Order: sequence, then structure tokens, then C-alpha cells
Amino acid sequence: TEPTVRAEKVDGFPRRSMRRARQRRSHSSSQFRYQSSQVELTPLPLLKDAPVAELHDLFCKKLQQCCVLFDFLDCVADLKGKEIKRAALNELVESVATSRGVLIEPLYPEAIKMISVNIFRTLPPSENPEFDPEEDEPALEASWPHLQLVYEFFLRFLESPDFQPSLAKRYVDQKFVLQLLELFDSEDPREREYLKTILHRVYGKLLGLRAYIRKQINNIFLRFIYETERFNGVAELLEILGSIINGFALPLKSEHKQFLVRVLIPLHTAKSLSIFHAQLAYCVVQFMEKDATVTEHIIRGLLRYWPKTCTQKEVMFLGEIEEILDVIEPSQFIRVQEPLFKQIAACISSPHFQVAERALYFWNNEYILSLIEENCQVILPLVFGTLYRVSKEHWNQTIISLIYNVLKTFMEMNSKLFDELTASYKVEKQKEVKKERERAELWRNLEDLQERRLQSLTEASRNQKNLQERENTTKSQSETSAANTT
Amino acid sequence: NIKEIGPGVEPLASKMAGADSDDSLYPIAVLIDELRNEDVQLRLNSIKKLSTIALALGVERTRTELLPFLTDTIYDEDEVLLALAEQLGNFTMLVGGPEYVHCLLPPLESLATVEETVVRDKAVESLRKISHEHSPVDLEVHFEPLVKRLASGDWFTSRTSACGLFSVCYPRVSSTVKAEIRQHFRTLCSDDTPMVRRAAASKLGEFAKVLELEYVKSDIISLFTALASDEQDSVRLLAVEAGVSIATLLPQEDLEALVMPTLRQAAEDKSWRVRYMVADKFSDLQKAVGPEITKNDLVPAFQNLLKDCEAEVRAAAANKVKEFCENLPEDSRETIIMTHILPCVKELVSDTNQHVKSALASVIMGLSTILGKDNTIEHLLPLFLAQLKDECPEVRLNIISNLDCVNEVIGIRQLSQSLLPAIVELAEDAKWRVRLAIIEYMPLLAGQLGVEFFDEKLNSLCMAWLVDHVYAIREAATCNLMKLVEKFGAEWAQNTIVPKVLGMANDPNYLHRMTTLFCINALSEVCGQEITTKHMLPVVFKMSNDQVANVRFNVAKSLQKIGPVLDSNCLQTEVKPVLEKLASDQDMDVKYFAQEAISVLSLA
Repeated sequence: TEPTVRAEKVDGFPRRSMRRARQRRSHSSSQFRYQSSQVELTPLPLLKDAPVAELHDLFCKKLQQCCVLFDFLDCVADLKGKEIKRAALNELVESVATSRGVLIEPLYPEAIKMISVNIFRTLPPSENPEFDPEEDEPALEASWPHLQLVYEFFLRFLESPDFQPSLAKRYVDQKFVLQLLELFDSEDPREREYLKTILHRVYGKLLGLRAYIRKQINNIFLRFIYETERFNGVAELLEILGSIINGFALPLKSEHKQFLVRVLIPLHTAKSLSIFHAQLAYCVVQFMEKDATVTEHIIRGLLRYWPKTCTQKEVMFLGEIEEILDVIEPSQFIRVQEPLFKQIAACISSPHFQVAERALYFWNNEYILSLIEENCQVILPLVFGTLYRVSKEHWNQTIISLIYNVLKTFMEMNSKLFDELTASYKVEKQKEVKKERERAELWRNLEDLQERRLQSLTEASRNQKNLQERENTTKSQSETSAANTT
Repeated sequence: NIKEIGPGVEPLASKMAGADSDDSLYPIAVLIDELRNEDVQLRLNSIKKLSTIALALGVERTRTELLPFLTDTIYDEDEVLLALAEQLGNFTMLVGGPEYVHCLLPPLESLATVEETVVRDKAVESLRKISHEHSPVDLEVHFEPLVKRLASGDWFTSRTSACGLFSVCYPRVSSTVKAEIRQHFRTLCSDDTPMVRRAAASKLGEFAKVLELEYVKSDIISLFTALASDEQDSVRLLAVEAGVSIATLLPQEDLEALVMPTLRQAAEDKSWRVRYMVADKFSDLQKAVGPEITKNDLVPAFQNLLKDCEAEVRAAAANKVKEFCENLPEDSRETIIMTHILPCVKELVSDTNQHVKSALASVIMGLSTILGKDNTIEHLLPLFLAQLKDECPEVRLNIISNLDCVNEVIGIRQLSQSLLPAIVELAEDAKWRVRLAIIEYMPLLAGQLGVEFFDEKLNSLCMAWLVDHVYAIREAATCNLMKLVEKFGAEWAQNTIVPKVLGMANDPNYLHRMTTLFCINALSEVCGQEITTKHMLPVVFKMSNDQVANVRFNVAKSLQKIGPVLDSNCLQTEVKPVLEKLASDQDMDVKYFAQEAISVLSLA
């Protein structure tokens, strides 16, 4: 699930080599050390050899055996126990995956308990406080040899044809799901991959939890956007949401629209956007394809959060805009074309050639080109000035030739308008300069006025003070004279 | 376009032409025009000059036109909104003083519901500020209803903002309203969204402080207990700080029953973040609960935190070792430290995590003043020595930078044998920041070790830094020399330092020749007129013929710098001709600095 839209590193420095090479680290959660007494495991008979009558009982015993946790940071500790648990887990996975009729009601609480004991834990602090998911190797979970099998078991359990949601919902409840969601912050990508599939199945099978899951994902995202800016599983959660959005009923509920406007769009402001941008853009486009009336919210939202200093993000935004324009309805396009093409013009005049280039590529897109042609009267005046100026000023030859192509396209689209704009270009420029002068003049006058007001205010208060003092002195004088006379 | 402002506002140009017929009419138009500008920077500029506009408008039109306009148009970029939220906090005089301050509430209320945290926080800050300017009546009529509206808002942002406003209005409203406020706070503490519960938890301590004691006991304690056992650790950890504040408010006899069970539970929370928070607040907690509870509860809790399985928690606890020991009740301090704390500290010295070790190293020396000479020599010294040999430079550096505490108790000689290799190694560390840090401690070390030890062991290091390949190190080294001369005197300088420094004037590397000049700049004043004139000045003069222009213009700068130390005769007869020559140098920078020196020294 590597993001497909990943901007190239542009500065040409091999960043990784500049950093101290970090070896793959592994960490384990503190849960192990909380287990008070270490139990010695003894191997149980194999499930496949068990008589049918004892099968469930043995299955249950194996589940209980798998609740014992081991210290994986010490890789030689209790090797025998680790092997017994690994074998037991393997058997459980195998059994759930292949044989029918194993999952009977009494096993549900035992299975969920075994899963909970193993996977639910407070994730350890990141060993690298400036962990950059794009540059650094993630810390891997040391107990993965067991953990992976537990996840595999959980997945097979959910996917088993014998699985009964009505029984499971008693144990896979809101609290369970909340803890499951917190695990998405794991630094280990293997764990997040399992969690993604598992949560997807839970969402699919346990209908009663759907609204709750969506709400909690919202909370995770809002916290990520506005509080911590750190959460490792954003991409995975978005991937699940992509398929959830796909299944939304029409007309869209206001809850879903709110999710789009208040969560998905603000997610674009994240510093680490590049890690989950592909999944995010997919969700956004899904929304548009569901209901075209959200288009304006989306475009205006993106314009509001347009990156101001990060050119790498700007390129991603342009990519997303193109994805959106690819599926936009012409009637919606008309509603947003003005602000949108002002921004595109600003991108074309970016000194960063990748930004300018990405924006100019829009003119290579047949569908976008047809939209531009239909609305040439509006769009050409918006971008003409920029195109004209940048074609003379840009440092990069590729940009200049791209701009010439765009200008040529416009000339062919509407030569009359093009000629008019060319003729009036200088006049417009001068008007702008004049406007700038007028603005400066206005502020100067305003500041003079403030100066005068302040002066008159201080004078007034000084006068008042003087007046009061004079009154006071005359009063006290008259008082003393009154006292004298008596 | 300035002329298309819209109905009701006259075109500006005509106003301008009309001179000062009624100049008070255009500011609002300017603002509207600027606020609609496409360039964010221009919108930002006009918001930042909002007070200018308000002042020009006068208080009445600010209230009736400007504020409604601002309230209606809050759909801008967060950066503009942030500036607006900040401005409005200082607007009381501009709307006509405290009597009218409530006019500022509507725009600030909208800003307090914005998504972006920084904007919201700033709006709350401004609201808190102007709440004090409300009369008690206005507070109930205008301010408190706003708080209520925010507290029952649909979206979490407004409810989060409300949390920060309860404590500012509570003390000044009637008892009926007080009861309502308590009820609202209670509701928010069990809000559905964790964001709001976090906000409530972070304001719980502050709110408790303004409540009457009976309500602290009846309301706050139950809220505290609930938040401290929230399902999300991000909420629980915020309750820890509240717990400390609450503990300071309660009488001693209630602490055990009301807060201790919860705090004990927090210290053993399954989430390391909560335990970290307890460790981080440990000194405050200790002060809040008093000596008895400290002895019975906090000592074992602290031991556990020092032995925690997460390095983050151990490091936070290690940071508090000195403070915790210092604040132990005097009658049992030594026993507790020796029997309970010191064994944990000993283990931390060989911890697997370098952050833990370096946190410990930054405070461990402080224990010597508490334990006295004998205990320090017997128990602490081995630990200091072990840390001085630690593989991590930060640990060694932290020990060295706190030597003064030990010096007071046992004198530094005890350590000097181990100190020297540690210093030498740090002085040559591959990271220049480590070298820089050790240089900064040199003057202190020199003072403590004495001139003989210094000359014998450290002098050569100080000179080696002068030719370091990093400029920051060379610069720090020159400054270091000056401080050493301040300590050891001019005579010492003349015998040990000055000859070596001046010798570098003949170095083939121009950077080293410049270092000579930088040293002279730093040393001339502390060395005094005689040494400067006799020994340094001739070298400077000689360098004015250097073939590298950078050296020559630094000669000009040096002459300007040391000029005040020289007598006027010397300035006129010797310095002036050299500067004049440099002033006609072919290099423009040399000319510039020579001319500057001439004018500063008034030699023209």
C-alpha cells in the first residue's frame, strides 16, 4: 500500500546517507513484564489426533495455553515455552481455517480473551522521538512470531463460515473495538496490515458496531490533526474508510458529509500528508462519485488549506485536484472554476519548477482541456496575465516551453479574446501598480489620522486632568479659607 | 477594485479628494476592501492594524459597524483569524471601556468554535482576559450565557473552548449561576468525545481552585476519580496534574480518603504515559501531600517509577531524584535515601538506556550536599566516577557540568584523577556541540582545579581548540581564554597564553592568523594597556600587510576594538597611520572597516 503519488525528492541530496544509518530496531511492549508469575507450558495432544468428543475441550485448553505471554527481548528465554505456544497457535489457526463445526458458542469468550490478552497492550514509546515514517526504519514488534499467529487466528476466526455475528457481538464490543483502534498507532507495518484487514471484517460483519467505529476513527483523526500530529495508522484507517464510503447509501447522511468537511478535508493540513495522501485522495474522490454536490465543499476546502511553504505538498494537492477534475461534473466545475484557476495561476508562477510543471500538465488532460474550452471566457482572463508574465520570466526552459504550448492552445480556442487580452496586458499591469500606490496612500492617511486622534485623546485627557487638579486646588483653597474664616 | 466596495459605502477616491471634510468615514471601507483582497498577506496586514482602524473610527462606530462586520465575515484563513482573536483581547478601550466590553463577545464566540486549535486557544485567552473587565452584572448578563452556549455546542470545538472559561467567571457570579456552571462542567467531564474530556481534565485543577471547599469535596473529587479512570490514557494522564492541584486544596486529613487511592492507581497505571506523568509531577505531588503520605506512599511509588520497565518513565523519575530527596522530611531524610533511594540510583547508573543515565547524571551530584561528606565519599563518589567513564558523552558532560555541588562538599581533588581523562575525551569528541559544551565549563573547572593543575593538564587543550576546524569552537575558545585570564590574572596571561596566541600570527593558514586577531580582541581589555601596547599591537600592525584581505580588514576591526585600551599618543602616532594606509587598500571591505575604525576612534 505504498502511496502512488509520491513526490520525488527534488534537492538531489541523498538524505538517507547523510543521516546516521539506523539499524532495524525491535521493541516489545511492557505487557510481558506485568505478568506476575511465569507459567511453565506443557505440550498438549495435537488437535487433529483428538477424538471428536474431546476436540472442543482441547481447543479450549489450547486457547488458554496461548494466553501465556513471553519475553521476546530476551531471545533465549524460555525457548521451550515459546515453541509450545507457537505450535499451539499454528494448530488453532489451521483448525479454524480448515475444519467446520469447531466454533461453538462456549469457545467465543475463550477465543476473544486469548486475542485480547495477546494483542491489547499500551504501545511502547517510540525509541526515536523524531521518527519520520518516510525516512526512518520502523521499530518492529519483538513478539511478532506469536503476535502474527494470534492476528492470523483472529482473521480466520472472523472469516470462518461458522462465524456467527450474533454470538460474537457479546464479546467483540465497543470497548474491544476501541482498543483495537488504538493499536493502529503501532510502528510495525506488519501489525497495521493485519489490523486493517481485521477491522474491515469486523465492520462488515458486526453491523451494530459500525456507527461506533466511524465515530472513533473520527476522534482518532481529529486528535491527529489538531492535537498530536502523530498516529502511525492513518493510511490504513483511510483505506478502510475508502471502502466504507463506497457503501454509503444515497442521499448522503449529514453525518457523512460532516465527516468529509470536518475530518477528511482538514487531514490535508497534516505535516505527514505524503504518507497517506493516496488513500486520502481516494476517499475524497469516492465522496464525489457518490454525490456530486459535495464537489464545491471539497474544492473550496482544498483551496483553503493550500500549502503555502511546502512545495512537495503543493504538488500532491495539484495531483489530487487533477484526480477530482477527472470526474467532476461540468455543472459543478462552473461553480468552482474561478477560485480554482486563480490558485492554478498562482501555482504556474511558482519559482519551484515541479509545482509549475504539475499545474501546466492539466492542459495535457483531455477532459480538463474540454472543460477549460467550454469556459474559456472565464478562465482565460484569470490565467492570461500569469502565463504571459511567467513565459518571459521563468528560469526553467521546460516551464517556458510548456507555457508556450498552453498559450498556443488558448490562442486556438479563442483567438479574439486572446488578442484582446494581449492588447490590454500592459494597461492592466499599470492599473495594478496604480492600485498598489493607492493602497499605500490609504494606509498612510489612516495612520496620520490615528496619530491625530491619539494626540487629541492625550490632550483631552491632559486637559481634563489639569481641570480636575485646578478644581481640586480651588476646592481645597476655598476649604482652607472657609476653615480660616470660622 | 477600490471603487466597487458595495452599497452603503461611498467610493474612497472621492473621499480622498474631499480632503478632510469627514475623514472618519473611510476606514471601515478600507478595511472591507483589504479584507476582501485575494492576497492573504494583505488581509493579515489589515487585521494586524485593526486597532488603527478602530481608533480612527472612534468607539461608537467601532461598536456599531466594525464589530458586526467582523462577526459576520469570520470565514478566513486561520492565520488571519489568529491575528483577529489576539487583537480583540486588547480592544476594550477601543470600544469605549469596560462598560461596553461585552460588544467584543460575539466575534470572539465565533472564533472560539473554529476548528484550528491555535485560533481557538487564542480566542479563549482573549475571552479570559476581557472577562476580568466585565462588571459582575455584565458577567452574568453577557459572559456567562456565552459560556453556556459554548458548553452545549454541537461540535466538540465549542465545548472544548468552554472548558477554559468556567474558572474565570465562577468567582464573580451569584450562587444560582454558580450551581449551573458546576453542572455544565460536570457534563463536559463525561462528554462523549475524548477531545472534550481532555480539555475538561486539563482545566479540572484550575476550576477546583476557584470552587468552595465543600464543592471541591462533593463535585471535583468524583470528577477527578472518573477522569483518572477514563478508558483513554490521554485523558487519564491529564487527571494526574489535576490531582496534584486538588491535593493542595484539601486539608491533610481528607487526602488519604479522597485523592490517594486514585493517585496510587495512576502511579501503577498500565499505560506508561500515565506513569510518566506521575513521575514528571512527582515533586509537586510530594509538596501537595505532605511528609506523612510522602513517607508511607510516595517513597515506594518513587522506587517503582525508578525501576519502571519503560525507559521514558525511569528517565522522568531520575530527573526528580535530587528534588525528591531534598524535600523529604528532615527527620528521616538520610535513612530513606540510604535505604530506599540509593539502591535504585545505583542501578540506574548502569541503565541500558542513555537518556535515563544522562537524566540521572544531571541531578546526581546534587545528592552530595544532602548526604554530606562521608556518605558522598563512600556511596556517591563511586557512582560519579562510573558515570564519568560512561560511554555516552552526554552523561559525562552532565556530571562535569555539575561539579560545583561536589566541590562544595568534598572538594574536586577526589575526582581529578578520573576527571582528566573524561575531559580530554570530551574535548576531542567528534561532535562539535559536545566540544562546545565542555569549553563552556572550562573557566569553572579551572577555578575549582587551580592554576597549577590547569597549566599542567588543561592548558594545551585550550590552545588546541583555537585551531579547531569548526568556527564556533574557535570562537568559544577565544572567549574561554578571556575568562581564564579574568580568573588567573594578566601576569599569567603574559607568561602562558599571549606568546602562543601571538605565535599563530605566522601560521600559514589565514584562519589561524585571524584567530590571533580574535584572541587579541578578547584579551586586550583583561590584559591591560601595557601588555596590549607592548606585545599585541606590534603583531597587529605587522598583520596589516597580510596578503589575505580578510586578515587585513580584521586588523582594522581589531584596532577599532582595542583602541580604547591604548593611550592617545599611541593612537595618533601609531594606529592612525596604519588605519590610513588600510583605508586606501585596494579591497573595498578593508577600506570600509578601516574608515569605520577611523571614525569610531575619532582619528579623522
